[in-house]
Amino acid sequence: MSEAMFEVTLLVNGVPRSATVPARRLLSDFLRHDLELTGTHVGCEHGVCGACTVLVDGRPIRSCLQFAVTVDGAEVTTVEGCTRPDGELGHVQQAFRDCHGLQCGFCTPGFVTTITAYLEENPTPTQEQAREAIAGNLCRCTGYQNIVASVLRAAELRAEETQR
Amino acid sequence: MGENVVGQSVRRPDLVEKVTGAAEYCVDVTMPGMAHAKVVRSDRAHARITGIDVAEALAAPGVVAVVTAADIASLHARFGHIITDHWILAPDKVRYYGEPVAVVVAETVAAAADAVELVRVSYEDLPAVMDAEAALADGAPLVHEQAYEATGDESFKNLSHVDEGDGAQQVPSNVAHEVTIGWGEVDAAFADSAVVVENTVHFPMLYAYAMEPYNAVASYAEGALSVVSTAQHPYMVRDDLARVFDLPLSRVRVTSPYLGGGYGSKSYTKVEPLASVASWVTGRPVKLTLTVEEAIYTTRVDSAKIWVKSGFAADGTILAREFDVVMDSGAYADNSPLVMAKTVNRCFGPYRVPNLRVRGLSVYTNTSPASSYRGFGAPQGALAGETNLDRAAEQLGISGADIRRRNLVRKGEEILPGKRGIDADIPADLEMVVESLERDRKDVPYYGIGFGCTASDAGAYPISTAQVRIQIDGSVLVLSGSTEMGQGSRSLLAQVAAEELGVDLAVVKVVQSDTSVTPYERTTGASRTSTLVGLALQRACADARSRMRDMAAELFECAPGEVRDRPGAVAAPDGRELDFGSVVRQWFGGSAGEVTGVGLLRRDGATQKMPPFWEVGMVGVAVEIDPETGVVAVDQLVTVADVGFAINPRAVEGQDLGAATQGLGMALHEELVYDGPQLANANVVDYRVPRTTDLPRKIDLMIAERRDGVGPYGAKGAGEGTLNPIGGAVAAAVARAVGRWPDRLPLTPERVWRLMNRD
Repeated sequence: MSEAMFEVTLLVNGVPRSATVPARRLLSDFLRHDLELTGTHVGCEHGVCGACTVLVDGRPIRSCLQFAVTVDGAEVTTVEGCTRPDGELGHVQQAFRDCHGLQCGFCTPGFVTTITAYLEENPTPTQEQAREAIAGNLCRCTGYQNIVASVLRAAELRAEETQR
Repeated sequence: MGENVVGQSVRRPDLVEKVTGAAEYCVDVTMPGMAHAKVVRSDRAHARITGIDVAEALAAPGVVAVVTAADIASLHARFGHIITDHWILAPDKVRYYGEPVAVVVAETVAAAADAVELVRVSYEDLPAVMDAEAALADGAPLVHEQAYEATGDESFKNLSHVDEGDGAQQVPSNVAHEVTIGWGEVDAAFADSAVVVENTVHFPMLYAYAMEPYNAVASYAEGALSVVSTAQHPYMVRDDLARVFDLPLSRVRVTSPYLGGGYGSKSYTKVEPLASVASWVTGRPVKLTLTVEEAIYTTRVDSAKIWVKSGFAADGTILAREFDVVMDSGAYADNSPLVMAKTVNRCFGPYRVPNLRVRGLSVYTNTSPASSYRGFGAPQGALAGETNLDRAAEQLGISGADIRRRNLVRKGEEILPGKRGIDADIPADLEMVVESLERDRKDVPYYGIGFGCTASDAGAYPISTAQVRIQIDGSVLVLSGSTEMGQGSRSLLAQVAAEELGVDLAVVKVVQSDTSVTPYERTTGASRTSTLVGLALQRACADARSRMRDMAAELFECAPGEVRDRPGAVAAPDGRELDFGSVVRQWFGGSAGEVTGVGLLRRDGATQKMPPFWEVGMVGVAVEIDPETGVVAVDQLVTVADVGFAINPRAVEGQDLGAATQGLGMALHEELVYDGPQLANANVVDYRVPRTTDLPRKIDLMIAERRDGVGPYGAKGAGEGTLNPIGGAVAAAVARAVGRWPDRLPLTPERVWRLMNRD
């Protein structure tokens, strides 16, 4: 008895990518194993920790709670896609670097994608809003202070860029 | 003292890799031809295995093999660095729910997971002991009927401070290990005391929750084993694996890439034997990645019940202390004997205690095995010792600060006889915390402050080696067996090498944790890296410089003693300078070659006395409680890092806030709960860890630099200290806010509400 297979095609970080997978293949595994984009991390497999967050058509979703077949045809942005086309760090990535916003770094990709989407919605968050914006992501190393600072710094960098 | 690179908050070189997703963690590592493993686990707490039927699983699509204890009987199929009691696969009986019984190896993870469901294990239930009290009861069923040989790990004795009762079990019992220490005339001192205070505390069963779960990929081929794993201590894992397969140490290679968190929970051997035996049986590389639930059932934190009694003179001077520690260590000993020995050393605090008696038991139960966790016994012990002191202050009518001022040891005083004296100014640290807390104290109802201090005999056993390799372009490779798990050692070691050699930080590259490449490092734990690896690295740099001078002397045609060190270079007596790269190229000729410097550290000289250093924990909190709901809001978190010298101050602050936040999790939210044979909350939905919305309103992270450590530039370790006293500090703050003393953590809203509203 062989398992039915489905071809799934996604526009991942601007590049069309496809693979043939069983229906039960999670989007997180599809990205990590089939497409070898290992920047997306799986930290709890229950949708709690947020490490696996990617953007599907611009919206942050938990890739560990989504089957790849259900997002066939979608546009997906992973942490690898948060870098600029010239390879330089994107504003959220730059902010984490400026603010020492990580230690082990395992949770970081999910924060980067979550914050990228959030700043599209609210480009000028207050400290309180910055804290709320990342309340759905867990970090076990830092105690969050520098991550909150990274949200605010990313907003600054983004604003500087838009003004230019 | 004129340092240039150390003492600066340099940006960690791993930041870029980690923000782009390029950093490679173990879970990302694959090997060619790799198969995937899933583990068949016991679904009962204690049972005899009467049969394992693998036929259906073996016939399932994609299955390569099903490995059971019978398949590995010709190996030394147990591990454990103190007591080799930990069976790789349960041979005749299971000792806890979740214990590995078989490993299914298949072409895909999904095929392996499907086949796990097809393995039929039949059991005959045995009576179980689900907590330490049941395990210690008369006639209790035994978790282990047999005694196991010791591993001959001599450092265990050196790391604990044991009077008697060490080692040999006389009568079979559920006691995995027993330690007692003490001095003076305890009973007489209690009789002379003006005030005697006695209480019992319960420290919760915790899970470290490193976000990258335990995983390993192993390849056994042609009499050699190669493993990439999430091991904090790759060399200790290598030793266990060599024993299992009876291989020379040189034929076992263990590599640890970036770890997605550790916090002590990735110390020692975990899933490496499972992946390795699966590869040994199948002849293929095998990858095994656990789920969070499986990880919780692999290693948790020792829970503890601690009774404490202290006697005081009328002015608050401690006359005697007595502790009875019982730790629930789960089904296998792992590192719990040492955790317990450390609790015994750390429970009574950095105070003058003229008369002391401490008994500690590490107890086997039919629960998930416990082992190391950040703080290493200190969080358990300090909850008892510090709350007892605060209760005493209340009875004596003096402040929590005053009772500590009266009893804290001064620099150089011993708290463990014959061990290194305290290498810190703890009273000064205390004043920093109290001043900060009082400055922002709010005058509102249900508000309380608490603080606490600990001193941990840290650094573990001082065996450390390091190498530096100077290249023909003057760039430098640093090799260390110490693991980067987020704490920032890769960056810190680069700073030390750049400082010592006088080269630009950007040309230093640090390579870590590959037992076939990087030199020996005993462990990455006990906050040792800055101090011990730092010293070994300084010596490696000095060795490289000495070789450089010798080589330059030949080139300059002068005596080696006449060559002078310059930043990244050497100088001849006549002032001619040659940079490192030129020395290497010219000495070897042919524009090739390199110079290696070696640094060795052992128990000798500055690191003769144990412990290598004391890690001080000094924290304060202020809480505000909602009387309607019992919710505890943290208004202030104040910490002091007494690190001697901060090689990277920002990294120290990061470690301190991280440790304190884990401490707040333990104090307010976290607890694994057994409901019958299994855990009710073996997942991070129900096991609640701190979130951004739990951040204290005020965070004051202070660093005390007095250059009083044995490490480079006077440094001492950091990273655990601020976790240790948090539990006691929060308990005291809550007690002062509501007027009643809690006796257990975590202080969940329900517990606090009940504390406030009980009759």
